[in-house]
Amino acid sequence: MPDALLSLQALNAHYGDFQALYGVNLKVEPGEVVAVIGANGAGKTTMLRSIAGLLRNAPEAIRWKGQAIGALRADQVAALGIALVPEGRLLFPSLSVEENLIIGGQLGRKGPWSLPRVYELFPILKERRHQQSTSLSGGQQQMVAIGRALMANPELVLMDEISLGLAPVIIRQIYEALPGIVGEGLTAMIVEQDIAKALSVSQRVYCLQEGRVSLEGQSQSVPREEITRAYFGV
Amino acid sequence: MDWLNAILQGTLLGGLYALFAAGLSLIFGVMRLVNIAHGDLIVLSAYVALSFGVSLGLNPLVALLLVVPSMALIGYALQRLILNRTMGEDLLPPLLVTFGLSVILQNVLLMGYSADPQNLQAGTIETASVNLGPVAVGVMPVLVFITAVVVIAALQWMFYRTALGRAFRATSDRQDVAQLMGLNRAHVFGLAMALSLAVTALAGVFLGIRTAFDPAAGGARLIFGFEAVIIGGLGNLWGTLAGGVILGVAQTLGAKIDPGYQILAGHIVFLIILALRPRGLFPRIDG
Amino acid sequence: MTLIVTRRTRLSTAWLILLVPIVLLLIAAPWWAGRADLRLMGEIALYMSLAVLWNLLAGYAGLVSVGQQAYVGFGGYLFFALTMLAGLHPYAALPLVVLAGFVISAPVAVLIFRLRGAYFAIGTWVVAEVFRLSFAQVSALGGGSGTSLSPNIVRSLADGRDAREAVAWWLALGAVSLVIGAVVWLLRSRQGVALTAIRDNELAARSLGIDIWRTKFTVYVLVSGLTALIGALIFLQKLRISPDAAFSANDWTAFVIFIVVIGGIGTLEGPILGTLVFFALRETLADLGTVYLIALGIVAIVIMLFAPRGLWGFLRDRWGVELFPLSRRVSGLAKKEA
Repeated sequence: MPDALLSLQALNAHYGDFQALYGVNLKVEPGEVVAVIGANGAGKTTMLRSIAGLLRNAPEAIRWKGQAIGALRADQVAALGIALVPEGRLLFPSLSVEENLIIGGQLGRKGPWSLPRVYELFPILKERRHQQSTSLSGGQQQMVAIGRALMANPELVLMDEISLGLAPVIIRQIYEALPGIVGEGLTAMIVEQDIAKALSVSQRVYCLQEGRVSLEGQSQSVPREEITRAYFGV
Repeated sequence: MDWLNAILQGTLLGGLYALFAAGLSLIFGVMRLVNIAHGDLIVLSAYVALSFGVSLGLNPLVALLLVVPSMALIGYALQRLILNRTMGEDLLPPLLVTFGLSVILQNVLLMGYSADPQNLQAGTIETASVNLGPVAVGVMPVLVFITAVVVIAALQWMFYRTALGRAFRATSDRQDVAQLMGLNRAHVFGLAMALSLAVTALAGVFLGIRTAFDPAAGGARLIFGFEAVIIGGLGNLWGTLAGGVILGVAQTLGAKIDPGYQILAGHIVFLIILALRPRGLFPRIDG
Repeated sequence: MTLIVTRRTRLSTAWLILLVPIVLLLIAAPWWAGRADLRLMGEIALYMSLAVLWNLLAGYAGLVSVGQQAYVGFGGYLFFALTMLAGLHPYAALPLVVLAGFVISAPVAVLIFRLRGAYFAIGTWVVAEVFRLSFAQVSALGGGSGTSLSPNIVRSLADGRDAREAVAWWLALGAVSLVIGAVVWLLRSRQGVALTAIRDNELAARSLGIDIWRTKFTVYVLVSGLTALIGALIFLQKLRISPDAAFSANDWTAFVIFIVVIGGIGTLEGPILGTLVFFALRETLADLGTVYLIALGIVAIVIMLFAPRGLWGFLRDRWGVELFPLSRRVSGLAKKEA
């Protein structure tokens, strides 16, 4: 059996004395969209930070195409083709919109995404390209954050709570753009609290509860009540 | 006419102080590091130029072609090998480590070159002067001032128009997110320190041509650079030039009143500005 | 179940009991130590005071000053001025020096507290330079070349050279006791709780409603006044003062910082241990001159990088020892399990 694109094998993670993840097992195959759902504090963001190399305490547990990458720095992980859209967007305030996008692509990986393609996907960003990134609305900032990750031409994009704090109409806009993004053979892992949105765009779903995987299944066929149980732990 | 002359000399001296300050300002902007050894590195540059002059018979201005890359290399190595280990939330480690470095540098120079004052001989250009209307000014101070303007313009351009500057600003904004973009923070910091010490090399050689220097001369240079940064406003490169000029003019005017007041006058102007405008005269708007 | 909160441990109680004979022995030093030893011990006591004070400033209040030589020199010069120009008896001059240290450091604090973090450090240096350049302008005190303490003032301390050496030693011993006592008292007071909170987490301390500015201000003024006293005693021992010696950044700041870093910053025992280590090294290696300073700098950097809590921190992590009863310990919790 060929190696998965990304696999987590009994991933533990902790901040000092506080353990946030307990033996998480997870697989992402090339070309699929995997949703990870879970309540606040379930460990979703910790998992993404571990994969991206921002939190390094499990050298062997994270594998990329079969190779252990848990000991790599975040910039080395990025060079492998893994991009993170961080929770809260975290744009660079001293950089203009366009500079935020350009710096996303500064590793120079080849692929379909370029400045014109991102502007095609989110035309409003082209109008605002010379503005400071912090002067944009929340939804527009989220577009910049997604565009910044795409500019890296990653093989895998990790999206952390991209609907958080946004108006429903904006969330709909962003989720409508997602099929166009993942249609290019890009693999995605989408972390969400909005279960319906997450299920609608993904093929498979994992649910985290208090640092452990409480459910794994096909997004379209998992019964609702099982999700509820796995999500809330009732 | 004497007073006009003093102001003019002070303005030109301000160019040298701006060069002291630019390197300090650069690394503070990129990585919030205040390098207590900055002044000693300025003096080290002068000694490096001195050694090139003695061993290769180079005019110090020509030796700059070697001193600048040497200091940049030292800066990169210093940052990667030592200073990067101290970078974090806590201010104490970088402060105390650069302080230790300052003491080490002073004593290494003392061992290598003795405490005797040295001078860099740049030849006839040192005494050449031009007439600017009613007053005569030295060619060297004018050259230093022009260099300071060019260096600051170049740094400004680098910061806002180049990929390196983008990396500097991004790292300064959010270090961890910059890592996600594939920027290796350790390398970016190394480049910032290399650039800082490249500017320092210019400052050191010009200092050595202007006045005699000894291994203990660094402390005062750090203070002058620091005062120029604070007077001008943190994070504002052109403000740093203005700060240098204000400090230089204050010193030459002080010396005009009484030679013993030269340095004191500069410090007092600095303290007055700190009291009245704690964020400096030209603070960066996005602070 | 009863919970008992105490700061005392068996070791700290034993230490406090042991302290009594040690202090008695030190008081009796003029009868058992030679003149040179007595001078060295006086110097150790004064350096220990400077180290304990700087540690309170930097290690607890987060005020990393590289300009405490301002107050050493100020104290020294003021002592010379009060005795020689104003004709005061040395014993009358000493408390006035402390008072003047408080008075002068308050406006300085207001000014330089505007500088954050590392820039604060350089700001303190500027202040020290202003002090140095100002005192160099005072011609009554010898201007740039300095002056000597007049013999009749030295004689007014005690009759005979041995008696004067003894008095100088007792003054130094009294000063270090006063300084350590004041720091222990401060750390055990309400201000001390605030200080420890600030040391551990400034943001959290702020959110608990601790007035950080006022706490730091109090510490800065207290430390500066006592540093001025130490300065007065240093130059009483040296009998000669000049701007460069009085405001020497190397002697009164660099050495002191190295002592604290090596001993362990942010602990009371650290600077005391550091002073003893520093003098042990100096007495064996001082002939090496500049090499000694280079080695000190390297040791300080290595400690900062690899063992930032210094020698005492290392010992404490190993065995949990604490000589001065400062941290509160809860006992009785184990009974709950039983």
